[in-house]
Amino acid sequence: MSAQDSISAVEASALPRRRSQLPLAGMIGAVIIAFWVLMALIGPYVAPHQVGALVDNDGFGRMQWALPLGSDYLGRDVLSRILIGARYSIGVAAAATFLAIFMGGTLGMLAAVSRGLIDMALSRFFDALISIPSKMSALVVIAALGSSISVLIGTIAVILTPGAFRTWRALAVNVNALDFVEVARARGEGAGYLIREEVLPNIAGPVLTDFGLRFVFAVLLLSSLSFLGLGVQPPNADWGSLVRENIDGLADGALAVVMPAVAIATLTIGVNLLIDNLPGRWSSSREH
Amino acid sequence: MAPLVEVDRLRVAARDERGCENVIVKDVSFEVQRGEVVALIGESGSGKTTIALSLMGYARAGVTIAGGSIAFDGRNLLDMSQREISSLRGRDIAYVPQSAAAAFNPARPLLKQVIESSQIHRLMPVAEAEAKAVSLFRELMLPNPEKVGERYPHQVSGGQLQRLLAAMALVTDPSLVIFDEPTTALDVTTQIEVLRAFKKAIKERGTTAVYVTHDLAVVAQIADRIIVLRDGIIREIDATRRILKEPKNDYTKSLLAAAEPQVRTARSEALQETSTPPVLEVKHVTAGYGATDREGIPTLPVIRDVSLSIKHGTTLGVIGESGCGKSTLARVVAGLLPAAQGEVLLNGAPLPRSAAERTRDQLRGIQIVFQMADTALNPARPVSRILGRPLEFYHGLSGDKRRRRVAELLDMVRLPANMVGRFPGELSGGQKQRVNLARALAAEPSLILCDEVTSALDTVVGAAILNLLAELQRELGLAYLFISHDLSTVKAVCDEVMILYAGQMMERGNRSALRERPLHPYSELLISSVPELRQGWLDGISETVLKEATAGVARPGRGAACSFFERCSVRIPGRCDIEPTPLRRLSKGADIRCQRTEEELMELRAR
Repeated sequence: MSAQDSISAVEASALPRRRSQLPLAGMIGAVIIAFWVLMALIGPYVAPHQVGALVDNDGFGRMQWALPLGSDYLGRDVLSRILIGARYSIGVAAAATFLAIFMGGTLGMLAAVSRGLIDMALSRFFDALISIPSKMSALVVIAALGSSISVLIGTIAVILTPGAFRTWRALAVNVNALDFVEVARARGEGAGYLIREEVLPNIAGPVLTDFGLRFVFAVLLLSSLSFLGLGVQPPNADWGSLVRENIDGLADGALAVVMPAVAIATLTIGVNLLIDNLPGRWSSSREH
Repeated sequence: MAPLVEVDRLRVAARDERGCENVIVKDVSFEVQRGEVVALIGESGSGKTTIALSLMGYARAGVTIAGGSIAFDGRNLLDMSQREISSLRGRDIAYVPQSAAAAFNPARPLLKQVIESSQIHRLMPVAEAEAKAVSLFRELMLPNPEKVGERYPHQVSGGQLQRLLAAMALVTDPSLVIFDEPTTALDVTTQIEVLRAFKKAIKERGTTAVYVTHDLAVVAQIADRIIVLRDGIIREIDATRRILKEPKNDYTKSLLAAAEPQVRTARSEALQETSTPPVLEVKHVTAGYGATDREGIPTLPVIRDVSLSIKHGTTLGVIGESGCGKSTLARVVAGLLPAAQGEVLLNGAPLPRSAAERTRDQLRGIQIVFQMADTALNPARPVSRILGRPLEFYHGLSGDKRRRRVAELLDMVRLPANMVGRFPGELSGGQKQRVNLARALAAEPSLILCDEVTSALDTVVGAAILNLLAELQRELGLAYLFISHDLSTVKAVCDEVMILYAGQMMERGNRSALRERPLHPYSELLISSVPELRQGWLDGISETVLKEATAGVARPGRGAACSFFERCSVRIPGRCDIEPTPLRRLSKGADIRCQRTEEELMELRAR
C-alpha cells in the first residue's frame, strides 16, 4: 500500500452530514410553551368570569363545576384570574428578558471582542449598575414614572441587563481566544462581523440556557413588584402576585395558592425543557 | 513460564451518538512475557489506547469490551467483578498517562499523590511508602529526591512531572505498567531525560511494560517487541530489530517511510540574490506582554532582537522548544501582537505594527495557518462560508463567481468539491488542515505563516500536507514562514532555517548548514536530541548532551546576554552571562549568536 492510499483511507473516515430533530422532552416543552402563549393571547376571551368578579361567598373555595380551580381569598374565580394573568406574566417577563438579553448580550460580546479600554469601561459601568439594590431602584423608578406595562418592562430589563452582560461576556471571551477568531481578526474584520459570525453562533447554546434562567428571574421580579403594589395593578394580577395574595391559604392547601404556582412551574419547566433539548448548534450541551 | 498477559481475540466496540455499533478493536490477540517491554504503535484511531486501557479491564464511556479474553497472571480480567478489578488497578497494573499536568491534583503536594495508590490498597505504612517514593525519585534521576515531594505540581518542570507520574505508578511494585504516550507532549531535549529514566527504571526493576506511542524512533529505544496496529487490527508483530530492519507489512513500511520525511531538492535558483526585495523582512524585533519600559522593552519579553528575511518562493523554518517565542514571532508578523521595537517589512514596504492599522491589502499579503485545525475553523459555519468570506472580504467576489472560486480552492488543496456543505465537525483532522490552508490561499497572499501545521496530525497525514505545501509553493510562488518544533520536518521542507532559544535567535542559515560543523552549542543539542530510528541511540548519547538536556529551559530575559548560558557546556562565565552576545558569520555561511569563535567551537567539539 502506498502512502497516498493510506492517506485517502484515513481521510475518508470523516462523518457524513446528518440532520437531528427535536427529542420527545423538547417536544413536550414546546407544547407547554405553545399552550401558555396561546392563553396569553386569548385568555380574557375564554375565561369563564370577569377578572375582578366576586363569584363565591367564601374565600378559598373548593373545586366545583362553576369554579374549576376553586376561588381565591376574596372569592374570585382562580381559573379566570390565571388565564387573564398569563399575558402579564409571560408578556412582561418575556419582553423584559428579550430586552435585557439584547442590551446586555450585545454589549457583553462587544466588550469581549474589543478588549482593552472598551471592555474596561463597559465592565465597570455594569459593575456599578449591579451594585445598586435592584428592588430599591425599581421602587424609585416606578414611583417617579407611575406603574404602566412599558415602565415595568423597561425597569425589569434594566435590572436584568448587568447579569446578562456578565454571562455573555464570559462566554464570548472563551470563544474570542480561539484561533478562528484570531484568523478573522488578522484578516481585518471589524467588531460587528466578529460578534455576528464568529462569536454568537458558537455561544448560542449556553446563551439560551441563560435566557431561560433570566426569564424565570423576570417572572419572580415582576411578582415581587406586584406584591409591593407597584407591578400589575388590581384587579388584574400576574401569576406571582396571585401566589402572594393567596399566601394565607397555604396552611389549608388552598388551590388558589397552588394553581398559580403550578402555572409558573409548568412555564419554567417548559422553557427549560425546550432549551435543554434543542438540537445541533443550539444545543446547550454541545462541546466546542 | 506462562506469559503475564495473554490477550485472545479481543473485540472492543464503541457506540456513537446515533447508537450505531462501531467495532474499534477487531479480534486482537497477543501476549506479553514477564520482564518484556511491548510497544503498541499506530496512528490516532488505530485502537492502541483502547487496547492498553482494556488491559486494566477498563473501557471508556460509550465503549464496551464486546468479546475475547484478557488473562492477567492466569486470571481472566473480563470475568472479574468490579471489586476484584479495582484491587488490581494501581497495585498490580499501573498506568502512566500522556498528560502529566492533567494527571496531578494541583492543590496537593506531589509526595502525597505519589504514594496515594499504596495507601488506597493498604500495602504499607505512610513512612515506608514515603521512603520508597524517595528511592524511586532517585532511581528516576529526579533532582533533589528528598525534597522534590514537598513541592506542588506547578513548581516542577514538565519532564520532572512525567517522571513523578512514573514514580506514582511504580510505588506499589506493579507487575505490569502501561505507558500511554508519556513523552509525546514533551520537547525533544526533555524527552531524552524522561526516556532514559524510564528505561533505567524498567531495566533495573525487571518491570513488564506496555508502551503505547505513535513514534517509531522512541519505540526503537525502549521496546523489545513491537505490535503495529491499524484500524483496530494487528498488522505486524515482531522483535523491534526485525520491524526496523525488515518490515514485512506494507503499512509498517509506510510508517517507517513517513518517519523520515523526504528531503526536497533545494530551489537554488530561487535563493540567488536578486534585486527584488524579500517578501518578508523582520528587523530587530522585540515583543512581549505587559507595559513597555523606558527603553521600549515589555515587562515579559518573549522575543528579543530577532531579524529575518524570506525571499520570494522560499521557506524559512523557525525551530525551537516550547516557550521559545516561535508562535509569538508569527503573531508579531501578522500584527496580532504589536511589536515593542523593530520593523516588519512586506515586499520592501514597512508595515504598521498592529493589524488594526494595516490596510486591507497589507493584511491580504500575509495569511496565517494555525496548528490546531480544530480551533482554527469556526465550528458553526460550513466550508463554503469559511472559504467564501476572505474572497468576499479581499476580492469582493459574490454569487456564482465566489462559488466557482471556492470549488477551485478546494481543488487546489485536493479536497472533493462536495465538501462545501460540510461543517468542520464533519471533517477529519487532515481535511480540516486542508480547509485551513485553502482559507489562507483564498486571500492570494505572498506569505503564509504556518504555525506547527503538521504537529497535531498523524505522520502519514502530516507528510501529505507537507507535500501539498511544496506543490502550492511551486505553482503559486508562495513564501512560507514554517514554524515547528520538529527538526526533521524543518530540515525536509525549508530552504533556510532559524533556531530560536528563549526568544533569541541562536543560529540562522541555509538548511544544509545544519549538517555542517561547527554549530551553535544549542543547535548541536537540539540536533542530537532528536531520536534516531535505530536501536541503541538513547544509550549512545554523549555526556555533554545529557547535561545540557537535563538542565531546565530558560525563560526569556531582558538583557542582551546569551540566554543559553545556564545550559551551555562551552560557556565562558563572566562573559557570556554579562556581555551582549555578538553575531558571527561562520565559513559554512550561517550566522550564529555566540561569544565563541568558529575556531574555538571546532576545537571544543573535537575534544
